[in-house]
Amino acid sequence: MGGGSNSTKKEDFDKSLDLTEVKPYGDTMNDGKTQVSFTLPIKDGEKAIIAAQELAKKMGIKDPTIVYHTQLDIEFTFFILYGSLIHTIDFTKIKVESLEVEALSIKEINAYIKEKFKRKIVVLGATTGTDAHTVGIDAIMNMKGFAGHYGLESYEMIEAYNLGSQVTNEEFVKMAIQLKADILLVSQTVTQKGIHVKNLTNLVELLEAEGIRDKIILICGGARINNELAKELGYDAGFGPNTYANIVATYAIKELFERMNR
Amino acid sequence: MKEKEINRRSKLNLDFSIVVKAREAAKNIALDTQKFIDQHTTTTIERTVCRLFGIDGVDEFDVPLPNIVVDNIEKGNGLGIGAAIHIGNAILYTNLSPQEIAEKVAKDELDLTKLSLKDISEIKATVNIIAQEKLALITQKKKTRDELLKKYGDKEGPLIYVIVATGNIFEDIIQAQAAARQGADVIAVIRSTVQSLLDYVPFGATTEGFGGTYATQENFRLMRKALDDVGEELGRYIRLTNYCSGLCMPEIAEMGAFERLDMMLNDALYGILFRDINMKRTIVDQYFSRMINAYAGVIINTGEDNYLTTADAFEAAHTVLASEFINEQFALLAGLKEEQMGLGHAFEMNPELENGFLYELAQAQMAREIFPKAPLKYMPPTKFMTGNIFKGHIQDALFNLITIMTNQRIHLLGMLTEAIHTPFMADRALSIENARYIFKNMKSISEEIEFKDGGIIEKRATEVLLKAYNLLKEIENQGLFKTIEKGIFAGIKRSLNGGKGLDGVIQKEKDYFNPFMDLISYELKKGGN
Repeated sequence: MGGGSNSTKKEDFDKSLDLTEVKPYGDTMNDGKTQVSFTLPIKDGEKAIIAAQELAKKMGIKDPTIVYHTQLDIEFTFFILYGSLIHTIDFTKIKVESLEVEALSIKEINAYIKEKFKRKIVVLGATTGTDAHTVGIDAIMNMKGFAGHYGLESYEMIEAYNLGSQVTNEEFVKMAIQLKADILLVSQTVTQKGIHVKNLTNLVELLEAEGIRDKIILICGGARINNELAKELGYDAGFGPNTYANIVATYAIKELFERMNR
Repeated sequence: MKEKEINRRSKLNLDFSIVVKAREAAKNIALDTQKFIDQHTTTTIERTVCRLFGIDGVDEFDVPLPNIVVDNIEKGNGLGIGAAIHIGNAILYTNLSPQEIAEKVAKDELDLTKLSLKDISEIKATVNIIAQEKLALITQKKKTRDELLKKYGDKEGPLIYVIVATGNIFEDIIQAQAAARQGADVIAVIRSTVQSLLDYVPFGATTEGFGGTYATQENFRLMRKALDDVGEELGRYIRLTNYCSGLCMPEIAEMGAFERLDMMLNDALYGILFRDINMKRTIVDQYFSRMINAYAGVIINTGEDNYLTTADAFEAAHTVLASEFINEQFALLAGLKEEQMGLGHAFEMNPELENGFLYELAQAQMAREIFPKAPLKYMPPTKFMTGNIFKGHIQDALFNLITIMTNQRIHLLGMLTEAIHTPFMADRALSIENARYIFKNMKSISEEIEFKDGGIIEKRATEVLLKAYNLLKEIENQGLFKTIEKGIFAGIKRSLNGGKGLDGVIQKEKDYFNPFMDLISYELKKGGN
């Protein structure tokens, strides 16, 4: 083993930056130096080292040096290796569509609300209809949130009400009026036979009948919900899986502010 | 004079007269709440009674038999006197075992509340015999643990506690055994995200879960066996941990008691604050679950660390201490010994905070001195872990330093990949290596250091203690339920009748009978077992 630096002296390569052929940088332009670590489900030993080196070559890492390897368990070995990546990227060809929602942090959201609205924003969330799944709405609303992203209940400037599951659309609208909700979040997990479409559409109709559709930001979410479907059904936005509370909140408060000033 | 002597032993020059007063306030808070607890039972407590009688398994729709039996009694409005009376009554009628009775109920061949009650003392005598037999089985499990710990000798210093969370119990076993070989002392199997809100316990071995693996009795048994096997190979006792929280606190405690789990997350307030479970429900459930843990020799872990993931760790440090005082008093009422109280706290201050390490040190040393016999559970940084694994490894190293400098016992190991994914095998190995290096290299540091008189650390501890005491006085005046309604803990407000599971809270009638509660309470008071 022993991890001395992998000399690049003998290599004859162009050391000037070319944005059409960008490579990782170690200490010399275009040296391609890269660090990788992984575990293989094999016994540690000579054969294991060769296996790791061969795998690195397949990744496009030239002259891989295993700088460290250790047995994690009888049949598992951990490797750290360095080498020179052969691949390049044409940086000039990369185009990024600007994200629709550039998510703000909790702090930024609280500050935004304080500045623009000068009051707390009321958010009402529920899983409506016969659907009993609260996983989605809990992930957005509950204090602990989801995957380390805290829910709306933890936001100082948001008054969050999570009504839980199996809330009828009628009850939901009633509560929205009573609590003077600014934002409504509807979660739908069960989508068999398009039951969610019927249910989601019904809510829009009820809100329109009460004459409050335009006053609120209406958002739906769920494992098989996307923005396109949501808009089609008359919602302001729809969010799919792996959406966190701050993403929803960022969109909702900005949209609410824009609408106020329209 | 005496006070001075105590002070000399305190590295922080803590005023122990305030500690005594804070404890007194916490005791009054717990006693006040205990009045409510003593007047109520819950559906999960009665299901636990069923389980303790040996009722297990599911019907054709995967509904657990304990749920079927309790639903049947509830429908007949009979839970107010407890499931044990109805089961005992049915035994007198049918001469069948509790399990056979449950199966008949599941097949609609028996309706427990339709049987008119036979002589109560005869019913009680019948169920008491079964209850004693079943509790003897738990005593036996406890003995096995004691014997194994004696055989291998228990580890001194911090216990390295790691989690496995693949969702598949068989994959968990591979990860857990590898972790044990790498040097882990405690394995916690993280539960699937939805489980705390299920009002039943799933059955059998499970291979699919979200962010964790379902807590089932079969999964407990499989992991216990795997850890015993690897423990024998290594000549060490590897402890197993799970979660007595959510809507089935006492049922999980019962399963853990029978499968010889060694630790249980078991907080009096966690479910209320972080899972929006109704406060009456949780407060009643925690009592029986803790009694079972006390009886089974299980170390409970409390969840104060969670406060700091939502509130600021520097500003809210006193709420952690106040909650530790309250958790301690509830635990004492349930019969837990101080040695079974893994009171929780955490290393969660913002790494940008100047002298943050000193404040963390003050908090940890203070907890150590105030709860000298408790195997404190110290949680690693999570809130300010960023995905920069290189910095994360150093944050974890600082956390490891505090543990060894202040003699924390249950050291929940931080992972460099926190905030990225549930730990890979290599993440665990690297983190264990980090901790073992520091623990060995600095083994006796706590005996060598003192803190400067009137210095930053001493001042901080004094301030936090005083604030915690003031908060406890405030809670004592208002009552615990009111305090939670006001959002004092973790900045979370919960209403008295809101949240999940309130419909499972039942007022006890004057003839209420729970043989296990009575027997365990008797044994614990005797100081036996």
